[in-house]
Amino acid sequence: MAIIDDAQKISDTVWELPVTYKDGMRVPARIIATEKLVREMDEAVYQQISNVATLPGITRYALCMPDGHSGYGFPIGGVAAMDVHEGGVISPGGIGFDINCGMRLVITNLTIDDVQPRLKEIVDLLFQRVPAGVGSHGFLKISRDEFREVVEQGARWCVEHDYGWDEDLEVTEENGCISGADAAKISDRAIDRGYNQVGTLGSGNHYLEVQIARPEDVREKDLAAKFGITIPNQIVIMFHCGSRGFGHQVATDYLQVFLKVMESKYGIKILDRELACAPFESPEGRDYFAAMKCGLNMSFANRQVILHRIREVFSEVFGRSAQDLGLRMIYDVAHNTAKLEKHEVDGKERKLLVHRKGATRAFGPGHGEVAPRYRDIGQPVIIGGSMETGSYLLVGTSSGAQTFFSTAHGSGRTMSRTKARKQWHGKQLQRDLEARGIYIRSTSWAGLAEEAGPAYKDIDEVIEATELAGISKPVARFTPIGNVKG
Amino acid sequence: MPFHYLEEIGIADIAFEAAGRDLPELFTAAADATMNVMIDNLDAIEPRETRQIELSNDKIDMLLFDFLQELIYFKDANRLLLRIREVQIDEKDDAYSLNAAAGGESLDPARHRQRADVKAVTLHDFRVEKSDDGWKASVLLDI
Repeated sequence: MAIIDDAQKISDTVWELPVTYKDGMRVPARIIATEKLVREMDEAVYQQISNVATLPGITRYALCMPDGHSGYGFPIGGVAAMDVHEGGVISPGGIGFDINCGMRLVITNLTIDDVQPRLKEIVDLLFQRVPAGVGSHGFLKISRDEFREVVEQGARWCVEHDYGWDEDLEVTEENGCISGADAAKISDRAIDRGYNQVGTLGSGNHYLEVQIARPEDVREKDLAAKFGITIPNQIVIMFHCGSRGFGHQVATDYLQVFLKVMESKYGIKILDRELACAPFESPEGRDYFAAMKCGLNMSFANRQVILHRIREVFSEVFGRSAQDLGLRMIYDVAHNTAKLEKHEVDGKERKLLVHRKGATRAFGPGHGEVAPRYRDIGQPVIIGGSMETGSYLLVGTSSGAQTFFSTAHGSGRTMSRTKARKQWHGKQLQRDLEARGIYIRSTSWAGLAEEAGPAYKDIDEVIEATELAGISKPVARFTPIGNVKG
Repeated sequence: MPFHYLEEIGIADIAFEAAGRDLPELFTAAADATMNVMIDNLDAIEPRETRQIELSNDKIDMLLFDFLQELIYFKDANRLLLRIREVQIDEKDDAYSLNAAAGGESLDPARHRQRADVKAVTLHDFRVEKSDDGWKASVLLDI
């Protein structure tokens, strides 16, 4: 592929497109990956990440994580830090339309021996209680006005209404409620699309999995113990979803606002309409930031209500309380966000708006923004693999400054949905996976085929790349045994 | 079919090209292409409810963008699956106006074979242009 010829190899895990690669690049673009992963990336990644490097205010590098693949606007796996005092912009295409798409990981004190005999019952009940699929509506019946409270208060609203425990908030990024969310900046259409979707999984690559931590896959026993992973073959639950139709409508609304003012009012020229943006320090930029935060909170609330349903299901199946079953949250982390953070650049501390689109924040040990419970070990990072392979719990590292403390978010696709669908058949795939010990329920056979394991990169290779690059450190790998797919 | 899906664009999403002899045909084809990403068996969507869609835009591509967004809106807000029965598009004073009648019904998992939820129309290489046979469009949908 062209990249190997065009890029300069900086180290075994850093590949750079210099500013001479394309007119208008303000900074170089860097891809963090092993040579194998770089070679597997589709060429549009290089076009897209170099387009990102042209955006006003971008600092140091436009970055792409090891699981990167082409998206729209930014590539998936894109990270861009904008200096807000230097005309830095905010761009919906740099956050992803599914604002705060993210991961939540929950442990239990159950082992495979407890769960295996009842696995089908558990997965069937989860499939029933956590709605998935096209335009699915949740069990939470709230008014549009109550939903406005939800998007301003996030998971805190849920816990106050008995859909969770206080300690859940302590281990949710931003304590489950990012401040500055303003529902007055949200359109009625976004409210209409969101108020009945709290507690739903969605479709596409969103899933809920029952997984097992095999003793040989616990790589850092001491760190794992800090997360409560102490029993051989312990069962954990991992799920992946976002802000559903609501977040998408917020992004769509502001994309159009930005397209109208970007060039005429702010003189910003872009190479792709999906990079529509406005200066962070502008009325439009500020409005989007406050609206985007509502998307963040909606997603925290969505995952909180889903956790509540998971606790109900396990409690019902085992006839014991969720507390008794040890259904405690390890962490909840976003991988589609933009956050104002302080980073040291060239020896000076600067206030940067860090866009992460399909990339996970990964602060190292001692960082003030890591939940107090984990501050001495670093921020937990949850990376989901395909439904056939496995997923990881990692921690951030002190050496992550080169990526503004960001790492991968998943295994990253290598094959389009349309192509995958022609290669596999959902029903057959379900049977094959069941024979391999993974019981799957899905609302869609075609959707299941699109998510077949070989359509993704090798998760172990992605994790190894993040470790080699020094941007996150693996703690434990989990193997799926049950899966609910949208 | 007046639309087909593209294998090499939008790895995590779904791209299609649609065509029509005139703008109403193009818009109807693009609407079906969008709905067919979500529901495999379009013929199973029965016209039990109707919706009128009225839009205007000074750019023809953004008119299609808004039009497809309407279908996504009804799908989320009302769980309503819609197909277009009639579209009229007029051009006047450098602006386009659209008036469409859509018919459909609420999603019924027992009858409607689901595929992937479409959550947004993107502007990635989004095009509406004249072709030798009429009009064509290229669209990437967010999944």
